[in-house]
Amino acid sequence: MKLQVAGENSLILYLGKDADEATSARVQAAVATIEMTLGDRLLDLVPSYASILILFDLQSVDHMTVMKTLHKALAEPTTRAAGKGRTITLPVYYSRETGIDLEPLAARASLSVEQVIELHANTGYRVFAIGFAPGFAYLGQVDPRIAAPRLRTPRQRVPRGSVAIADRQTAVYPSESPGGWNLVGRCPVSLFNPAQDPAMPIAVGDEVYFEPISRAQFLSLGGDLG
Amino acid sequence: MSMRVTRPGILSLLQDSGRLGQHRLGLSNGGPLDSEAFHLCNRLLQNPTGSTAIEISAGGLQLLCTADTWICLTGAPMPLSVNDTEHDNWTVHRVREGDAITVGFSRAGVRAYLGVAGGFSIAPSFGSTATVVREGIGGLCGKALSAGDSLPYPFLKACKSLFLPVRERPRYLNSLTVRVIPGYQQRTFNRIAKRRFFGAPYTVSERCDRMGYRMQGPAINCAIDGILSEGICPGAIQVPPDGQPIILLNDRQTIGGYPKLGAALSTDVARLTQLTAGAKVHFAPITTHTARRALRLSALRLLKLPLEERRD
Repeated sequence: MKLQVAGENSLILYLGKDADEATSARVQAAVATIEMTLGDRLLDLVPSYASILILFDLQSVDHMTVMKTLHKALAEPTTRAAGKGRTITLPVYYSRETGIDLEPLAARASLSVEQVIELHANTGYRVFAIGFAPGFAYLGQVDPRIAAPRLRTPRQRVPRGSVAIADRQTAVYPSESPGGWNLVGRCPVSLFNPAQDPAMPIAVGDEVYFEPISRAQFLSLGGDLG
Repeated sequence: MSMRVTRPGILSLLQDSGRLGQHRLGLSNGGPLDSEAFHLCNRLLQNPTGSTAIEISAGGLQLLCTADTWICLTGAPMPLSVNDTEHDNWTVHRVREGDAITVGFSRAGVRAYLGVAGGFSIAPSFGSTATVVREGIGGLCGKALSAGDSLPYPFLKACKSLFLPVRERPRYLNSLTVRVIPGYQQRTFNRIAKRRFFGAPYTVSERCDRMGYRMQGPAINCAIDGILSEGICPGAIQVPPDGQPIILLNDRQTIGGYPKLGAALSTDVARLTQLTAGAKVHFAPITTHTARRALRLSALRLLKLPLEERRD
């Protein structure tokens, strides 16, 4: 555990060096402890793969005090079990029309397209971080056989709902945006809806499963092929 | 009661003091880039702190008033006129139904704040009215103002005609020293890199927006290429592989993977965002303790700045 200065009213807590399940669990436990310990003095926090950015109210507390308080609180064994996170299943229409990188990915791995889909869908993914765009969740980790680097030239337009792979991460694009990840399918469920409460169906620490669906199911769930 | 946008200008955005507590959805802060000019605009209008005003970048905004109220323009010196009569900045003015309010282009500095008595009545999204165009959140449908938009405001009976004395008004110069709190991956920058960063002048590049201000100058190198993506605080100084630092602002993405040297002091960032391409910037390291004292002083100054009342 390492707690460092980030800015005038922020500290960053490092809980590991790698993106893995154990580190993610430590991040989740620490988020709960920080919220409990700082209460109103906490302005916001950003949990990520192995770190938590902590923004506090400089009017009521300073770096030294927050550091001391957190060192003490985080050293104690957590009384409350770190929320294990929920399990969420997202339907995905895997196909050549929604996953234009399926074939190159399969060729790269010397697998069939069906095997790539099976490997992607038969894994539980942890939500490691949310950022880049509202509702963009970084999920990990995909089977090493279907890990693939980002495209050399990012696409100008990645359709909303696209399910994609970059290295050992996978994600669903919550809205149309440019992007360089490898597209394997499309999810009809809205991952960010400002009009809904909560705006996002998933949070950091949750476990996500992808469930293959047919074209007809995709369309009946409100999926868009445009 | 509302103002109708007849010309939106280069970039005009509704802003309140910004969005807090929503980083976990991936939402950034938004909010006024020059928080001091924004704050003073509301103080002059006797509005609650953080009331919604328009942030005008560069200028060119034109509004039509549909009911009597009071307005005030602070920040970068953009000529303000009501029905072709010039009006002073940093001053509260009475405007009447049918008046055309025109904000011309800035002579120095980049952003001005046009406020109205009582603040614009905009429904908050995720706790704030701050517009973040990249995210499509806040303001009117997450968009910059465009012609035809209607900006409602409350009916108020009275508002004092306060103004900020000329001697107290900020001057918008072409150079600035930005104080920096070393932090994050600062240890991965060697002594020479740090000496270069804190010793040489940097120039504000052409590539600046509400997400970040890119600087040009001696390249500073980092021992590492990238890091596991982590939270980015306001003012964070990110150094991509080309060694040219980027100061991250209100609309930054919440997490990223470039190494960071630390973060610039918010009061200095407010001034930085008034600089245009070509302006010179020096960076100076400070401790968290000094930073806290400087911020307290600056907050106190904003609160206590003497405002005078106009008698006409």
